[in-house]
Amino acid sequence: MGASAPSRSMLLLRIVAGVALAVVALILPFTNNPENNQIFSQVLYLAIAAMGLNLLTGFNGQVSIGHGAFFGLGAFTTAKLMTDQGMSFELTIAIAAVLAAVLGVLVGFPALRVKGSYLALITLGLSVLFPIVTKRFIKGPGGVPFLQPKRSDFDSLITGLDRDQYAYFVCLLLLVALFAAAWSLVHSRAGRAMIAVRDQEIAASTVGVNVARVKVATFALSAAYAGVAGSLSVMVDGGADASNVLLYFQKSIEFLIAVVIGGTATISGPLLGAALLTFIRRRTSETEAMAPALLGAALIAVVFVLPDGIVGGLRRLVARVRPMVDHDPEGDATPDAATPSPTPSPS
Amino acid sequence: MDLFLDQLANGVSNGVIYAAVALSLVIIYRTTGLLNFAQGEMALFSACITWWLTERGLGVWFALLISVALAFVGGALLERLLIRPVMRTKNPLNVVIVTLGLFLGVNALAALIFIKPGAEAPIMPELFPDEIVLGPLHADGPMLGLGLLLAATCLVLWALLQKTKLGLALRGVASNADSAALVGIKPGQMLMIGWGLSAALGAIAGTAAASTASNGAFDTSLMQQVLVYAFAAAALGGFDSLLGAVVGGLVVGIANSLTVQYVHALEGIELVLPFGLILAVLLVRPNGLFGRNIVERV
Amino acid sequence: MSLLELRGVSGGYGPVNVLEGIDLVVEEGEVAVILGANGAGKTTTLRAICGMLDDTTGEVLFDGRDVIGSSTPEIARAGVAHVPQGRGTFGDLTVDENLRLGAIARRDPGIDADLGRWYETFPRLAERRAQLAGSMSGGEQQMLAIARALMGRPRLLLLDEPSLGLAPLITRDVFEHLGEINRTEGLTMLVVEQNAGLALEIAQRGYVLETGRIVLGGPADQLALDEDVRKAYLGF
Repeated sequence: MGASAPSRSMLLLRIVAGVALAVVALILPFTNNPENNQIFSQVLYLAIAAMGLNLLTGFNGQVSIGHGAFFGLGAFTTAKLMTDQGMSFELTIAIAAVLAAVLGVLVGFPALRVKGSYLALITLGLSVLFPIVTKRFIKGPGGVPFLQPKRSDFDSLITGLDRDQYAYFVCLLLLVALFAAAWSLVHSRAGRAMIAVRDQEIAASTVGVNVARVKVATFALSAAYAGVAGSLSVMVDGGADASNVLLYFQKSIEFLIAVVIGGTATISGPLLGAALLTFIRRRTSETEAMAPALLGAALIAVVFVLPDGIVGGLRRLVARVRPMVDHDPEGDATPDAATPSPTPSPS
Repeated sequence: MDLFLDQLANGVSNGVIYAAVALSLVIIYRTTGLLNFAQGEMALFSACITWWLTERGLGVWFALLISVALAFVGGALLERLLIRPVMRTKNPLNVVIVTLGLFLGVNALAALIFIKPGAEAPIMPELFPDEIVLGPLHADGPMLGLGLLLAATCLVLWALLQKTKLGLALRGVASNADSAALVGIKPGQMLMIGWGLSAALGAIAGTAAASTASNGAFDTSLMQQVLVYAFAAAALGGFDSLLGAVVGGLVVGIANSLTVQYVHALEGIELVLPFGLILAVLLVRPNGLFGRNIVERV
Repeated sequence: MSLLELRGVSGGYGPVNVLEGIDLVVEEGEVAVILGANGAGKTTTLRAICGMLDDTTGEVLFDGRDVIGSSTPEIARAGVAHVPQGRGTFGDLTVDENLRLGAIARRDPGIDADLGRWYETFPRLAERRAQLAGSMSGGEQQMLAIARALMGRPRLLLLDEPSLGLAPLITRDVFEHLGEINRTEGLTMLVVEQNAGLALEIAQRGYVLETGRIVLGGPADQLALDEDVRKAYLGF
């Protein structure tokens, strides 16, 4: 939208790629063992949380290192409701989303008064405090803050699907739904308001955008995404855990990494970032300290080498290659030089 | 009463460490305008270097001196190689990300080089005797020692900033970087020195923190809580005030150890305190207790 | 040889070009003034001389040496002092510290003597030497900015709209000081000014800048008689 219309060959390429991706996504769980399927599901819920953070940080310009807390709230809501109330998993997802959104509103209001690094600091507090407070109030079996619903509670509701395959498809369904929702949001009036608030807060308010409402609403929505992801993690990983004080801080950073590596303010970036992040983590899991070292290095490298993430990098590549590919005789005459980088705002 | 005094001494000792880290945060904030989330991990790394040197037979104080010098160089290099190019992009998200990347990376590096998983925890030799006896007076050694160390550090820092040309140039850049360039100061050089100073302070804080940890044994999580308290201290004092950082550090340290002792409702969740404080200060009085103007008289 | 000479200087901010080939000369010991409407490129010209633009082309010859590509601090150390628009004082440092910062690049022992001398010239500053610069009035800050520039013992003083935001009487005071410093010290100055009347009074040479180009230049007294200049900048 707004950008140069893709030429016919590019459109074709996109459709082919989309169909191929969909086919692969549907076949994947049937051709892999449960262990791999669990990893794929982890990528999916990580991508959902990253998309939530992307809505807030990428599209609305509010930095958060607190999304691990929303994620954790979602996870503990689901685990608690399942173990104590015997509620069905699918129902708890909605409740987790709502509760996370409520917490998002509570954080979103004070966030109106601070910016940049200060906001990062406050949200950092949220993710550091979450496991500590949870530890105090949630006691699982043996007194540890670890809740584990019965495995049979996650049994497939669809005959013919194993538990791991079912979990994968639940994650996939929600991912598609939430990414589609994010896509249509950022292309709507409300989405343009979000972006306007990020780029030109004062200008946005002078043309009638209610900056405070947009910011708090984005915070709530973004938190809900993370809550859903946390809820899904209970199904995929089997429980909600707060015994490690830094776990949810690390989660927050993982989300941020997924967004940044993938490409901030893009739709496909969080998924790509989540996949790559999971890959790096698997690759380095033998040496405990290597993973964070590599993640830290990756984080810094991305800012230097690919400041607009993988998606941005790909776009630049396409923009460079496209004139060579496009030789349609009837030619939509792509007036290229459609620079993907946003024009610098006048100071 | 004895318990109270013990807690007070404990609070002062912790407060001194918080103050030192808060000072290093403030120096970077004033020169570069950013909150360095990697400050604690940089201090951890320096502490590891101090420890490594003592393992090679150096006295702990001499080892600390070398570690401080190395930290200065390391901090300056970080500014030049990582921070400055990112600051140029003028994207606050990028800056936050790079300091978070440093947080993860430096912590992991310390684990890879010094604190191998499974190996015995490193033990930092004591900087001060347990008790200092002056005639009839008996004083808690770490408290008195750390207090004096902080006082001496502040004095050196004060003299450097207020009494030397270099300090004047540093304050000029912090005050107005464009005008500083117009009078012939190279802002880049000053930023490197600022980061170097900050890292050097971190080396003192990290070493002190390790030596006061339980019997000197420490691991890679040594500075993580300390950083949280230091942020609270810096927020309380106002992120741009050196005096505020010292006062804030001591207040937070003492308040925390008294809370731990006397407010049982917060048992296990004491960390709520510093974050509550940060939030309250940022919302109610964003400049902290010593924001602007007063700071200049430090 | 002229102390300052610009030859075909172009440049601006990022992709936006403001200057479209500026040529001008300032001789040693004289006061030159640049007149022009808002947005004509007056401030940008001064910034180009000081190496404060992203990209500058052409030649900026200071004392015969091309300083394009040199950094701002290097140009300052070569002897160009710049009092920027809005004065650029170090607001949270004291008056005394501001003045000492002006001399920070100097290595000679005359700093204290100069300090005393400028305190004598600007007694208001002497009264307020321990006060924070940011707490002073606009006029006082302008004096401070000028005194700070002088503390560097520059060979060329660039002044950007010294009258901006000042009451007429204070503006007159500022220009009288500038004129006197030029006469007694022989200090070369290049002044950008909206208040053309006052500026032309102390200047020996003037230029008129329009949309990034010098459209008129010559001796200040002739410029003051020019019909177009009178209409556009002197208001009669």
